[in-house]
Amino acid sequence: MINIYEVNETNNMIEHENLDVRTITLGISLLDCADENLDVVNEKIYNKITTVAKDLVATGKAIEKDFGIPIVNKRISVTPIALVGGAACRCPEDFVTIARTLDRAAKEVGVNFIGGYSALVSKGMTTADENLIRSIPQALAVTERVCSSINVGSTKTGLNMDAVNMMGQVVLQTAEATKENDSLGCAKLVVFCNAPDDNPFMAGAFHGVTEADAIINVGVSGPGVVKVALEKVRGENFEVLCETIKKTAFKITRVGQLVAQEASKRLGIPFGIIDLSLAPTPAVGDSVAEILQEIGLERVGAPGTTAALAMLNDQVKKGGVMASSYVGGLSGAFIPVSEDQGMIDAVNEGALTIEKLEAMTCVCSVGLDMIAIPGDTPATTIAGIIADEAAIGMINQKTTAVRVIPVIGKGLGETVEFGGLLGYAPVMPVNQFSCEKFVTRGGRIPAPIHSFKN
Amino acid sequence: MNKVIITVVGKDTVGIIAKVCTYLAENQVNILDITQTIVQEYFSMMMIADAEHAAKPFEELATDLEQVGEEIGVKVKCQREEIFTKMHRI
Repeated sequence: MINIYEVNETNNMIEHENLDVRTITLGISLLDCADENLDVVNEKIYNKITTVAKDLVATGKAIEKDFGIPIVNKRISVTPIALVGGAACRCPEDFVTIARTLDRAAKEVGVNFIGGYSALVSKGMTTADENLIRSIPQALAVTERVCSSINVGSTKTGLNMDAVNMMGQVVLQTAEATKENDSLGCAKLVVFCNAPDDNPFMAGAFHGVTEADAIINVGVSGPGVVKVALEKVRGENFEVLCETIKKTAFKITRVGQLVAQEASKRLGIPFGIIDLSLAPTPAVGDSVAEILQEIGLERVGAPGTTAALAMLNDQVKKGGVMASSYVGGLSGAFIPVSEDQGMIDAVNEGALTIEKLEAMTCVCSVGLDMIAIPGDTPATTIAGIIADEAAIGMINQKTTAVRVIPVIGKGLGETVEFGGLLGYAPVMPVNQFSCEKFVTRGGRIPAPIHSFKN
Repeated sequence: MNKVIITVVGKDTVGIIAKVCTYLAENQVNILDITQTIVQEYFSMMMIADAEHAAKPFEELATDLEQVGEEIGVKVKCQREEIFTKMHRI
């Protein structure tokens, strides 16, 4: 039988160490909403989302109450809209109407974000893909809860450099279109390489075409819990350190698994995966950077950071995999700058640069995340940043992504406030040398040699 | 059996267990086990109870118990057992 120490340990994690389930994300296929008539598409999309997801938020709240664990976000991901709207949308403005529909549906069911305003263009772009991409700045400016993601490359296909170049421009245009709100639109736009079909985390969540009609994916969290556990083994060797991380990751993930199964049962929707990510928030004590400091770095960005992060990421996976029947999504440690107080401090103190962050993305999940850069950064430079990050993903057979925010009207030394879970960020310097002639060559970078395994 | 874990944490005072138990008895929740310790004047108690025949739905029980706790100045939480067994048992 369970004992008082175990009960207290769990409740301490929840009350004092910020243990929570970060998100229950309901993936919904909209493939059956396709039609040649745009009005019909919009109506079908709205009806399907508001029907399938009508009980999502209430169910999430009931589960919170039952287990006494906060479930921070209830969200929805949908089939990439370029596929759903392809037959009906003749121009970017047509796609914007679908973005509005998604926003309306999200508000109706009470979720804070809906992901899937997406196109998968890792090898080439259809006309629909291109129209959707061109519509992103407007779509993100006129909606509140819609998140967009574009997959521009994969290990199997190489990098679509035309799409990379275009995304450099789209990121900048999105910043411009939302400049009244510190270019907030860019916080809802992710450029991926090797994007997973079952990611529950925003802004990059979409419901892949390999998925069932509807599915429940859950993202766990818990950097604070790992940090507190590591405080107790300060000065011990790596064996002890790794064991502690694994055990803690196991415990955190088990909660996610429980919540996922419960949500699946109550909603009558199959369980997909648990995403094992350590996801920080701007709250004190909920930081991945603080874990790295506890491991022994004075500040994140110091020499040794990449090694420490690699170890952390790997141990989280090893502990988490055993705790869950299905693992997927991004699974790893997130290192967003604006959403992690320790990262913000490291940037402000000059310990952490974009170049170091790029190195860190080679060994953990996702990529350059929630980084504010000067608003006068050229589109080709942003494309270069995307290309670098995508290349890391392509060569290392992992997911990488870029979510940078060129803050229009702001430069070095200034701070941007995004609010809520998105936090705030100091504007970081970007290398001033140009890559224009590289990113504008046109065409594709071929798939790497180790992708030919057949 | 519908096992729930009730925890009470707070400054020690007269009648904590009595108040919580009275509420449970009034609502047909059967107590299976009680563990209690006092750490540095702080009272910490855990009850394992069966809420299968409870007079109220779980959500109401949990909210009521929180309120009972507030009245006597301690923190009372009522959670379903699975969150603990899942986390601490393979």
